[in-house]
Amino acid sequence: MTARMDRKFADVASEGRPVLVTYFMGGDPDFETSLSIMKALPKAGADVIELGMPFSDPMADGPAIQLAGQRSLKGGQTLAKTLEIARRFREEDQRTPIVLMGYYNPIYIYGVDRFLTDALDAGIDGLIVVDLPPEMDDELCIPALEKGISFIRLATPTTDDRRLPKVLENTSGFVYYVSMNGITGSALPDPSLIAGAVQRIKTHTKLPVCVGFGVKTAEHARAIGASADGVVVGTAIVNQIASSLTEEGKATDATVPGVEALVRGLSAGVRSARLAAAE
Amino acid sequence: MNEAPKLNSYRAGPDEDGRFGIFGGRFVAETLMPLILDLQDEWDKAKNDPAFKAELDNLGAHYIGRPSPLYFAERLTEELGGAKIYFKREELNHTGSHKINNCIGQILLAKRMGKTRIIAETGAGQHGVASATVAARFGLPCVVYMGATDVERQAPNVFRMKLLGAEVKPVTAGNGTLKDAMNEALRDWVTNVDNTYYLIGTAAGPHPYPEMVRDFQAVIGQEAKEQMLAAEGRLPDLVVAAVGGGSNAIGIFHSFLDDEGVKIVGVEAGGKGLEGDEHCASITAGSPGVLHGNRTYLLQDGDGQIKEGHSISAGLDYPGIGPEHSWLNDVGRVEYVPIMDHEALEAFQMLTRLEGIIPALEPSHALAEVIKRAPKMGKDEIILMNLSGRGDKDIFTVGKILGMGL
Repeated sequence: MTARMDRKFADVASEGRPVLVTYFMGGDPDFETSLSIMKALPKAGADVIELGMPFSDPMADGPAIQLAGQRSLKGGQTLAKTLEIARRFREEDQRTPIVLMGYYNPIYIYGVDRFLTDALDAGIDGLIVVDLPPEMDDELCIPALEKGISFIRLATPTTDDRRLPKVLENTSGFVYYVSMNGITGSALPDPSLIAGAVQRIKTHTKLPVCVGFGVKTAEHARAIGASADGVVVGTAIVNQIASSLTEEGKATDATVPGVEALVRGLSAGVRSARLAAAE
Repeated sequence: MNEAPKLNSYRAGPDEDGRFGIFGGRFVAETLMPLILDLQDEWDKAKNDPAFKAELDNLGAHYIGRPSPLYFAERLTEELGGAKIYFKREELNHTGSHKINNCIGQILLAKRMGKTRIIAETGAGQHGVASATVAARFGLPCVVYMGATDVERQAPNVFRMKLLGAEVKPVTAGNGTLKDAMNEALRDWVTNVDNTYYLIGTAAGPHPYPEMVRDFQAVIGQEAKEQMLAAEGRLPDLVVAAVGGGSNAIGIFHSFLDDEGVKIVGVEAGGKGLEGDEHCASITAGSPGVLHGNRTYLLQDGDGQIKEGHSISAGLDYPGIGPEHSWLNDVGRVEYVPIMDHEALEAFQMLTRLEGIIPALEPSHALAEVIKRAPKMGKDEIILMNLSGRGDKDIFTVGKILGMGL
């Protein structure tokens, strides 16, 4: 449902602030906790949710998200269960767009057609599949678009003006600008460089541009949000979850409230972003 | 599966998108796409450049020691009492295995591209040693990612790499084996895109690696074919090689793919048996999936999570296989069979005693298959086997299993 995503971006834009996109790993540390985290996110101020699909070999992710995936898989998480988390969330929330994020192999093994049918049924609005560049669009991107599910592409500092049109061609929903060459959870580069990159992408597309990789604090969210249409926070949330767990990796009473508190802070950051830009 | 239509040539792949049938492709993060496209451009230019070929041939002759000999294993042949057995002696190359053929080729490419830093992944350490060797030869810094488990079980190779000036980074993510080392190398590459060349050690990964590595290794089969014609006046009846990622195998197979009378067999690591998870037989016991940039046969569970393999040989301990092998299997041109740890170990000892050659545990798998087949073949028939590496690195593993104190 691309419509839900477009509506959300339009609504938030009319508030004069950037969108807060929050990532967490489905099933980390267990199914029920993870569902509670997902339900808590919009209440704490998240506008869009990226629901991570765990994979044994997450080649583009840093240690924090790798470990989250391992915890989740160890807890028995599967792609079917990740879709189930989304379905359960949708029973209560019809307005927050959900984007599934992960790697291709679990989807390929699940079966592309069956996956798209079940994803649509679970209320999924978009997909980010890290290892499917535009050269591989026939695999999943085109079938997803035909079913009405957005395919959100990553643009990176290596995506030059020559390549950008190819990257943007079948992208819908929003463009995810990766702030640096590297893996998730690295240090955030200079916001002014990012602002320049966002402007460059905007000369090629009318889609909203969200920036992620390295955004950890409310202050980052505010600085990035001054130039971008949205800010993506992932590793910081995953780290917050990790720090609340017992030594055996089990959830505690602090797990869900910890995420809520962090996201509330980030939300305040994006809500003051345009004020900051105007100063 | 339906009978595949017979092809005009089995040597035409990959297509321009890097596909061998449904296998291969370019399944990588966007950050890497421009690099892979650059690499492909440079490779396309280099392979048609006579100066590149001349430099490769020169280093092949004087640095690697090519051509490697074709050796008639007389005593083994007598012992088995069937087909004549020939070895392509890749274990006599500089650094002790076929890995150097590919490393020399790729480092020349890295140099052409102006890259100033080399990264590589390694399992047993053979590719790591070969990478560290060429990096030293060309004066480039080299970082080798190696699973922490492998760092422990392959201490001599770790020391060799360090002596050669490479930095060995143990990888503790996942289970600390070859696939985790490859993940970590990809993470390094995605972070250091400007100056870094990723020297992949096998005929797998995103296009153009499978094609490029094959072409650098194809010299094995080209030489063997000429040498066999000189020795016997005809082609072999059977060509056998061990397959992990599959670079030594595709190297010797490729020249023979269109020779109808030549039967070709790839030998996978059957580990402790195919019933459980302790093996690395991606084709005989796996299914197609997407990992490390290509679609190929993988060991995976029903949710598409990749399993850890097991083999007595660290060099075969990878849960995937090069995409061209997956395709050659599906079109029926090459037969893939498993050999168990204990069979490889017996073959290792047999060759050591009968021919005075200590083979690596990887080609010991191929040898075990030869030992099964030779007695059933006629004395006028010929087997060609790729003896891809020497066994010095494995004496500690073997000594431990045989209970011999070292």
